[in-house]
Amino acid sequence: MVTIFTRPDSMFDTPTHYCPGCTHGVAHRLVAEVIDELGIKDKTVGVAPVGCAVLIYNYMNTDFVEGSHGRAPASATGIKRSRPDLVVYTYQGDGDLASIGAAEIVHAANRGEKITVVFINNAIYGMTGGQMAPTTLPGQKTTTSPKGRDVNHIGYPIRMAELLATLKTPGYIVRSSLHDPYHIAMAKKAIKQAFIYQLEGKAFSMVELLSTCPTNWGMTPYQATQWLKENMLQYYPLGVFKTPEDE
Amino acid sequence: MPNVIIDKDRCKGCELCVHACPQKVLEMSKDLNVKGYFYSKPVHPHKCIGCTMCAMMCPDTAIKVEVYGTRYRYFAY
Ligand SMILES: Cc1ncc(C[n+]2csc(CCOP(=O)(O)OP(=O)(O)O)c2C)c(N)n1
Ligand code: SF4
Ligand code: SF4
Ligand code: SF4
Repeated sequence: MVTIFTRPDSMFDTPTHYCPGCTHGVAHRLVAEVIDELGIKDKTVGVAPVGCAVLIYNYMNTDFVEGSHGRAPASATGIKRSRPDLVVYTYQGDGDLASIGAAEIVHAANRGEKITVVFINNAIYGMTGGQMAPTTLPGQKTTTSPKGRDVNHIGYPIRMAELLATLKTPGYIVRSSLHDPYHIAMAKKAIKQAFIYQLEGKAFSMVELLSTCPTNWGMTPYQATQWLKENMLQYYPLGVFKTPEDE
Repeated sequence: MPNVIIDKDRCKGCELCVHACPQKVLEMSKDLNVKGYFYSKPVHPHKCIGCTMCAMMCPDTAIKVEVYGTRYRYFAY
């Protein structure tokens, strides 16, 4: 008898506070599995966001620092520059990273900080009650866009991966999705590669993970995965947008 | 034969594992767990092929998979 799947060591046994079916839990587990597989648990420092994942340090069995809203890449820069021997990553939502923290992420990527960013794009502000995010899809209803996002009024959703991939500074920029087991396996590969680039001291890395927020989308968890597949994948294509080997 | 073990009181009843299973091994319970959710349980364990797709999909690490002998995989994980 061999155990082929169980909770990774880099995660505590604590049950999470996330809503049923929220893919934040899957993203946490993937990061923890990668940390286990690379054997870097004792030298990894995470920087937590403001958003639903604000309590991530209760679940991950590695050192953690809480960033102020959107400023996780700035905190991570400080940690990594003073202790380059540590593996430093941020875990941020789309309200955190693409809205209030837009300047920090762009400049951390542009400076080529050797950190890893795990970016949860669920097209909405989860924690605060389902307000419109910069990543909310055209026509998508939220509490602050009850008639659907009007692109003539507030523009189109930001594609962070594509935006950061335009920077000249080398980086590893990928978009994956968490809506089914196959894509979860692909997402894990991308996260692992991102940490490997950091360990090699090569480049800034960001993995954008398309995620669900069943509660604020007003759907069952399964419907939410299907909604992601049918709507988000079209606007947010998956793939590797940039690697450090690119010109 | 693979063995899929679900920690019923960890389960939040999201049903994602039920939809992920290619073998229709899992179904939701009729009774409630300690949190007050209908939980997922393996009702046809003999059909399980140990592919771990249910566990990959579970946001709450409530599923553990064990196997004897051959392991079937749809893709590397
Ligand atoms: C400086 C500051 N401004 C605003 C807030 C309120 N606030 C808390 S979480 C959040 C957005 C979270 O959304 P997201 O980053 O998408 O994460 P999710 O909850 O969806 O995982 C906001 C605006 C705050 N805590 N601090
Ligand atoms: S509000 Fe949305 S993002 Fe937050 S825990 Fe619930 S489902 Fe997840
Ligand atoms: S391991 Fe595969 S076959 Fe077995 S219950 Fe899980 S998803 Fe179904
Ligand atoms: S995926 Fe996990 S939490 Fe959701 S029903 Fe299955 S065992 Fe329960």
